[in-house]
Amino acid sequence: MDLQITTYLIVGATFLLYIGIAIWSRAHSTSDFYVAGGEVGPVVNGMATAADWMSAASFISMAGMIAYMGYGGSLFLMGWTGGYVLLACLLAPYLRKFGKFTVPQFIGDRYYSKTASTIAVVCLLIASITYIIGQMTGVGVAFSRFLGVSSETGIYVGMAIVFAYAVFGGMKGITYTQVAQYVVLIVAYIVPAVFISLALTGNAIPQLGLGSDMKGTDTSLLHKLDQVVTDLGFDQYTTSIPGNKLNLFMYTLSLMIGTAGLPHVIVRFFTVKSVAAARSSAGWSLVFIALLYTTAPAVGAMARMNLHATITPAAMTTGDVFQKDGSLLYEDRPDWMKRWEATGLLKWQDKNGDGRIQYYNDASKNKDFLQKAEEAGWKGNELSVNQDIIVMANPEIALLPDWVIALVAAGGLAAALSTAAGLLMAISSAISHDLIKNVFVPDISERGELLAGKIAMALSIVLAGYLGLNPPGFAAGTVALAFGIAASSLFPAIMMGIFSKKMNKEGAMAGMLAGLLVTLFYVFAHKGIFFIPGTSFVNLIGGPNSFFGISPEAFGAVGAMINFAVAYIVDRVTQSPPAHIQDMVENVRIPRGSKAITGAH
Amino acid sequence: MSQQHDSHAYWRATLSLVAKVLVIWALVSYGAGIVFADWLNNFYLGGYPVGFWFAQQGSIFVFIALIFWYRKKMGEIDRRFDVHEDNE
Repeated sequence: MDLQITTYLIVGATFLLYIGIAIWSRAHSTSDFYVAGGEVGPVVNGMATAADWMSAASFISMAGMIAYMGYGGSLFLMGWTGGYVLLACLLAPYLRKFGKFTVPQFIGDRYYSKTASTIAVVCLLIASITYIIGQMTGVGVAFSRFLGVSSETGIYVGMAIVFAYAVFGGMKGITYTQVAQYVVLIVAYIVPAVFISLALTGNAIPQLGLGSDMKGTDTSLLHKLDQVVTDLGFDQYTTSIPGNKLNLFMYTLSLMIGTAGLPHVIVRFFTVKSVAAARSSAGWSLVFIALLYTTAPAVGAMARMNLHATITPAAMTTGDVFQKDGSLLYEDRPDWMKRWEATGLLKWQDKNGDGRIQYYNDASKNKDFLQKAEEAGWKGNELSVNQDIIVMANPEIALLPDWVIALVAAGGLAAALSTAAGLLMAISSAISHDLIKNVFVPDISERGELLAGKIAMALSIVLAGYLGLNPPGFAAGTVALAFGIAASSLFPAIMMGIFSKKMNKEGAMAGMLAGLLVTLFYVFAHKGIFFIPGTSFVNLIGGPNSFFGISPEAFGAVGAMINFAVAYIVDRVTQSPPAHIQDMVENVRIPRGSKAITGAH
Repeated sequence: MSQQHDSHAYWRATLSLVAKVLVIWALVSYGAGIVFADWLNNFYLGGYPVGFWFAQQGSIFVFIALIFWYRKKMGEIDRRFDVHEDNE
């Protein structure tokens, strides 16, 4: 059977599964709609959280980024998992005890202020909407590359599928489809990794394979890889870092705090039965996430090795990459390269006219290397490889059967759709519950609110689709913004709301605004005001990364510290919160008396 | 033997557990994975330089163990101060 048909069959089957679940799990009450009735088991919730969390970026791009960054890629691995420790012991159990539908509702009640809740809604909307753009474009990309339809058609189909289960099922429909999507995506990720690890090291477990010797030799894979990449002028794989160590440190910290502060992740812990279940659910979430996150570094390193071995065979045999027949003849390139050239993600340009592909670091810091490259007649790097190829072409590079390639397509779609649905849930509940019910129409009936929620969901899907079809030029910079905002505004406000009885509304609001503004200022200085090209003012603040060499993506942690500091100072000079608020905090801290979640005041 | 409901002592016990969790959390990721990674890379775990292993594998395994350990200890503290949920 031909690859295209196999892919259609497998992707079609997964879509039917999602729609079947949608029909089975329609929402009948606001509690079903916002928090799946509050009766999801901790393991099931862990799986749904994992699917919610692992986006198109985790599935498609992360291994590729690690492949190119080497050790520096650890910041994604630690940053996107370490946040769950913070969630488990600082936020999730207490927010579950609080027992309301949304994150802004906690902030509004705890800080006895509708203004505070509205600031939280604004932060939530900016973080979630910027995040969703990447998911919708991810859906389009997966469709166009695997199913041979245009990216636009892909986004329309994706919108229709999400519509089916998110509008009718709300959180309940989303939760159970996410469980199915988790299974699809994790199988799709691990199967090719196992085959590749077996081929390179003879060890079927990728996590062990990465620490094993190359098959048939007594050189470890990582040692060989270090050698191959330095021979080609790149930084050593196991030690290379982006910028300085402080930046690596702050980047990791920003991702951890941001992870714990992202509303679409937090609300998943409102769906479990009890405080104790919220604690164990955080653990299960991380177990399911770690399955992919500990496999990714193996996929990245092994794919990088395979790529260099294919293009520069001499690096593996004699070790003299400059020898005349050391690199691959373009004529002899394998079929997968031809296929990916057609998509434009892989490009070759014969700069020195020898018909061979020279793939090396022509901006190497090693002068000696550059001189040898020149003597060998190399006129610059001739191959550009988009990092997304690492995961998507992996099965082809390893010559795996068609059904594995089809599975990777279904996995990429599952990852993008499940994250999009979780974000849509956070967006629509902020609109229908935190704005419509709590601010504009407080006496809305439950049926009215459920309808408002469904309409808000439908409109959010249309907006997300529109942004996916017309991605603003800044799409690439937006993930930094989502994590930066979550880290600098939401996380500190929630944490202080639980861990400080005396924190008052003035302190919390001043802290949120200060953290948010400073982070926006630094990001906009680098990437343009509201990402409008040409409006960046990075030279006014002393050049790129002027704040101790910290990049804008890594700035969320600085924003969070400013938030804490400003909140503390303002809190000192203003009035203590009323006694009933302090009692409420006292009450949130103990598990006893946890009830089913409701939206009531 | 359950103690009297004492919210101050309960909260102190909770904070001390959270502090222990966060110290280990920081040591394996920021400590072993970043600050001391270069030095740890002088040692090997199979084919893995140890600092690199902590950054790309080890810290994640420790995070998981930490959360389940925290859950177990919190459950014990809840019962000791008699503030656990009724459905347990």
